[in-house]
Amino acid sequence: MLYRDKRPLIIFLAPALLVMGIFLYYPFLQNFADSFYEINGFGAVTKTYVGIENYRQLLKDKTILQALKNTCMMIVFTIVFEIGTALVLAIMVDSIKTGAEFFRTVFFFPIVISATAIGLMFNLFYAYNGGLFNQILEKLGLDPVLWLSDDKAIYMIALPIVWQYVGFYFVIILTGLNSIPEDIYEHAYMDGVRGLKRVWYITLPLVWDVLKACFVLGITGSLKIFDMAWVIAPYGAPKGLTHFFGTYLYQTTFFSQTVGYSSAIAVLVVILGLLISYAVMKLIRSKAFFYSEDV
Amino acid sequence: MDITETAFEKQVSKSKLKNTLSMVLVYSVLVLWAFISIYMLFWVVNNSFRERSEILNDSFSLVTNPTAENYRTAFGRLSREENMSIGRAYLNSLIISGSTVICVTILGGLAAYAMARYSFRFKKVLNFIFAGSLLFPAYTLIVPVFRMIQEIGLVNNPIGVIIPQTAVNLAFAIIILMGFIKNLPTEIEEAAYLEGCGVFSVFFRIVLPVTKPAFATVGIFTFLWSYNDLFLQMSILRKRVSYPVSALLNEISSQFGTDFGLMCSATTIVVIPVLIVYLILQKNIMKGLTAGAIKG
Repeated sequence: MLYRDKRPLIIFLAPALLVMGIFLYYPFLQNFADSFYEINGFGAVTKTYVGIENYRQLLKDKTILQALKNTCMMIVFTIVFEIGTALVLAIMVDSIKTGAEFFRTVFFFPIVISATAIGLMFNLFYAYNGGLFNQILEKLGLDPVLWLSDDKAIYMIALPIVWQYVGFYFVIILTGLNSIPEDIYEHAYMDGVRGLKRVWYITLPLVWDVLKACFVLGITGSLKIFDMAWVIAPYGAPKGLTHFFGTYLYQTTFFSQTVGYSSAIAVLVVILGLLISYAVMKLIRSKAFFYSEDV
Repeated sequence: MDITETAFEKQVSKSKLKNTLSMVLVYSVLVLWAFISIYMLFWVVNNSFRERSEILNDSFSLVTNPTAENYRTAFGRLSREENMSIGRAYLNSLIISGSTVICVTILGGLAAYAMARYSFRFKKVLNFIFAGSLLFPAYTLIVPVFRMIQEIGLVNNPIGVIIPQTAVNLAFAIIILMGFIKNLPTEIEEAAYLEGCGVFSVFFRIVLPVTKPAFATVGIFTFLWSYNDLFLQMSILRKRVSYPVSALLNEISSQFGTDFGLMCSATTIVVIPVLIVYLILQKNIMKGLTAGAIKG
């Protein structure tokens, strides 16, 4: 009865929709339109229609290819190291009696610290002279290593990201483990299914849905990488080898100021994001999309 | 679901690991991971009380004669030479993130209430759009957003960051709050209506008080996200004096990257308040982050 009169609806919804419409959905469409123009700099009003030239350039751009490669690598790292480690840690914490609370608090804390601060911290670890890593090597009697070299830099960006997000997936998986009814384990125990066997035959199938949600999160999350890469290796240093879509977009927007081209990159990322999430969700038939609704 | 309580019950009723060997293995792995995580932070905090030369020689031992020099530099010298200071950056961050939280909770709360309680024609479409907007990265919108902000003349103005940050966080807030309000029984609201309450007083006097925990979660999470954000802040605030904490930290790293002591103290100054907030509110934060998992 109370909600039959629809007039208040507009007052409730309008403010949020207005802000989101102007600053989220309109820019999205604007991007798409801009990607067919050549626009140099923000002040200039001159726009030249170039058709699909920007997209043609995208296909030839080696840095885009590098960013795509790095993103794909990050997706693999996310699934293998982040979610993998998180799963192992979660199963372990779920099986112990004392200290579970402590481990949960410690494992999760990196996620609340900004990527900027963590990146800065790792820059201190990577420093050639007196960085933590080289000091450890020195203590072990080994030669110092140039951590941010051409071939290692990308892994040095991946390392703090992995460390930071293990805790995140850990808590999600642990929540899933906690919702497994205790009597299932008791029956299994009586049937002689114990230890690793129990993990493989009972725990894993029961948290499979949660893991699928984690995969989708990890994959879309890899497309969102910006801060960590920027703080550790700005402008894709060295030689553009560590570019992700976010860092390259920032560079083309504010450094080269080729605004039309940046818009084409943005459209590419959005399409990639939607395609990949759609494909993954179809592939594993996950309800991750609406995971948040059963709070 | 309440993580802490179920975890606790679970631990109590859980049958012990029989095998002592596997028990030892499990605890060593857990302790190792925890040790690495804590040690990295400890190394930074410990060395923030040391002089640069001392860090280069030996950074592992516990600091014996602590110096506050690095902190004096972090709070003082930066401001004279470069027209920026950590105190100022904190104030900027507080203004930006505080305002974003207020905007997000108010606009998000109103919209979530409507989405949870009313049925109307485009509800499904809206649901889809809200969920979809969490999937693609916010940085893809920077070009048009920056131009709009420039046209209105809000570059270097905190409002120029607050509005886009609000837009980016609203979908998350609406989805979380909507899920929460949906689960509340409607009887009390209907009763209040029969007593003569209008829909707005129902919202403010009946729905809001019971949804406080959900609002707290959304608020904390929005604050953290906004405080930690670098991309939007770096793009729109292009003068050092208007830098919030993240942007300043990035600037310090590129300018004073070789001054280890200063870098350690700057990192400590930024991280410690967040850690304290985390320890106090960890239940809310964990719930928010896992519930809003799609935010990523």
